[in-house]
Amino acid sequence: MTPTRKKRLSIVMLILVGVGTATAIAVTTMNDSILFFVSPSDVAAQSFPVDRRIRLGGLVADNSVQRASDSLAVQFAVTDGTNAVDVAFTGILPDLFREGQGVIAHGRFDTYGVFQADEILARHDETYMPPEVMKALEEAGHTIEASME
Amino acid sequence: MIPELGQISLILALVLATLLATIPLYGAWRNDERLMSLAPSLVIGHFVFALMAYLVLTVAFINHDFTVTYVAMNSNLLLPLAYRLSAVWGGHEGSLLLWILMLAGWMLAVLMFSRALPTVYRTRVLAVMGMVSIGFLLFTLLTSNPFERILPGPPDGQDLNPLLQDPGMIFHPPLLYMGYVGFAVAFGFAIAGLLGGKVERDWVRWSRPWTLTAWAFLTAGITLGSWWAYYELGWGGWWFWDPVENASFIPWLIGTALIHSQAVTEKRGAFPAWTVLLAIAAFSMSLLGTFLVRSGVLTSVHAFANDPERGLFILAFMTIITGGALLLYALRAPRIMTGEGFDFVSRETALMLNNMFFAVSAGMVLLGTLYPLVSDFMGWAQVSVGPPYFSAMFILLMTPVVMLIPLGPMSRWKKDGLGRILKPLLISAIVAIVLGVAISAWLGAWNARAITGWIGGLWLIFGTFSYVRNALRGRRRGLPRHQIGMIMAHAGIGVFVIGVAMVSSGTIQRDIRVEPGQTVEMEGYRFELTDIVSVKGSNWIADEARFIVYRGDEELYTMNPQKRRYHRSGQVMTQVALRPGFTRDLYIAMGTRLDDSSNAWSIRIHIKPFVRWIWAGALLLALGGLVSASDRRYWRERRVEARQPGQSGSGASTGDEVPA
Repeated sequence: MTPTRKKRLSIVMLILVGVGTATAIAVTTMNDSILFFVSPSDVAAQSFPVDRRIRLGGLVADNSVQRASDSLAVQFAVTDGTNAVDVAFTGILPDLFREGQGVIAHGRFDTYGVFQADEILARHDETYMPPEVMKALEEAGHTIEASME
Repeated sequence: MIPELGQISLILALVLATLLATIPLYGAWRNDERLMSLAPSLVIGHFVFALMAYLVLTVAFINHDFTVTYVAMNSNLLLPLAYRLSAVWGGHEGSLLLWILMLAGWMLAVLMFSRALPTVYRTRVLAVMGMVSIGFLLFTLLTSNPFERILPGPPDGQDLNPLLQDPGMIFHPPLLYMGYVGFAVAFGFAIAGLLGGKVERDWVRWSRPWTLTAWAFLTAGITLGSWWAYYELGWGGWWFWDPVENASFIPWLIGTALIHSQAVTEKRGAFPAWTVLLAIAAFSMSLLGTFLVRSGVLTSVHAFANDPERGLFILAFMTIITGGALLLYALRAPRIMTGEGFDFVSRETALMLNNMFFAVSAGMVLLGTLYPLVSDFMGWAQVSVGPPYFSAMFILLMTPVVMLIPLGPMSRWKKDGLGRILKPLLISAIVAIVLGVAISAWLGAWNARAITGWIGGLWLIFGTFSYVRNALRGRRRGLPRHQIGMIMAHAGIGVFVIGVAMVSSGTIQRDIRVEPGQTVEMEGYRFELTDIVSVKGSNWIADEARFIVYRGDEELYTMNPQKRRYHRSGQVMTQVALRPGFTRDLYIAMGTRLDDSSNAWSIRIHIKPFVRWIWAGALLLALGGLVSASDRRYWRERRVEARQPGQSGSGASTGDEVPA
């Protein structure tokens, strides 16, 4: 091999090793930070591990929101029309959070089967429905027009 | 009648773009001066009609013409004039129109400021941009016509999304689009080079200021978006790794790699093929960004109600543009000039490392952004990739970048010694470490993240300035602009790094229940809620919390966050109260009313250290890009330099020519 070729080869090797390492690390990190989406019907169908953070989506059930009188704790139910899951959260809810609207909650199930949310997402457009929630509602046989007005 | 004029203008613009993309291009191929000479008037006409369409829509907004569906959807009688003007690009259809206008504007600029380009080459650049314009005009006319009518029109319109009724939002989309669309110029230059059958240093030099300008706009646009999210969304975050943020960030990362690889290709002729590929990638990623934002396939704060058909159109368009470009690249790449060799320790290597890290980062962000889509499409599972992934990847990939940045400018082209590069930087390194530790201790930010942040940031700033000292030695004139720009940008990253480290390690946030008369104490500040009152704006009413902030016994400020309800849509919005400062921001946002009798509210209070530094650093980056782009080297004497190709390759001389 000529010196130039050797140099080129070493550069190519360097790049390959670098990209390879980065990809390997990316895949492992991603495994830890992936959130699986579940609908209330998924929850009813199978039990979910207590230790894994998941992404729960559906509609906030009517007349289900209960606030504590002395703290920011709040409890409500997330439904897909067929099943419902109790969700507990402490903190400030997004502006568009309201009964009958689509919502996504990140968190874990506790040992009592209550979903302990650490993050609540409601989107910034009245007519917008998160795609996963839309799909979950469809699968549960819920009419979407009604929920979207 | 007027809205129809807009429609006709768009159609005429499409006709002119089609002519531009065919006839002068054919002329360039046949070397027919007569056909090529059509290009300038076509570009001007194209711009005039795009502008006319845009103005027609603007007039419809000013006059409350609710027979135009788009106006009826995004405006109403109560909307103030400034927001009616910015509402033109507040929705999907109008923002496309803005995109087209900007593309036409960039084309006009290429026409005006590239007189020194050979006619054949310039014609090809304009024709390629014309092709891009055809795609967007067709998209607008076929799937998202802003001039569509409803007859009879409603008496009043809906509302501009209240989130967009904000000064920050007036400028965020235009700046971002300037950047996105600006990469079309670099794309056009690259494709024109490939079409001509050879890629030369010359075209790289010609395209550098355009790439720099586009990149600077993109930087500014992203910065503004981040600042807007910070005060408008009410969560106090400045970056969420939201898919649509990522969509603008991926072109930025590739653009950053591109401006550096262009420097190598122009100066040394090294990795020309890679530079072409990056130019194609940067624009393709801009198109992908548009696809992601507009198709509604992603869950995101930006994902307003969308239409999947539009997404499909953009996807198809992207496939044609990117696929065509890559095909051309595959056919012509073997003919691209071969670069000069270089040693392992050299500026070429430094810039190659830069490119490697930025390209890999872009790939990582792309992976994390698209993985949920792929997974859903393949029927595996519905997943989302969270910020921990992106943060971990970024810290991993950007730490070496921060460490290496000061070394780049210090190194010489072709061949250098590590000792020679590092010696002048030794003092900067020591000062950065000592000062970094000292400042962290003095601020009481005694944690690993803050300390490494300060050391890294100061290393960038001092390292960059020790380069200035070196470069100025034995020089009578000052530094050329492209170097000043580079220095500003690199120092800007330092400022940014400090801001990020301090915010992420030292933010104090409390969400609490407060009644009028109660006081909250945080970090030596006392926040007293005196009252909650009702206030009125032109198109909203609000509950306003009256806070007085004390430090010790001294009264500092009043802060009045609001919870607004917009009349027309009934949408509720949080209006944050902010007290910005050099070393910290005070931030109050209202949650919800918890109890009617005691008037208790949930309130979010943040103290965010050094958060302004994030945007200050990013703005320095953007300014640096503009200053570099304004260097006379790129704009004059092109012909002269073009005739003396050997002149710029001054071998292993002192590194005074610097990548911008």
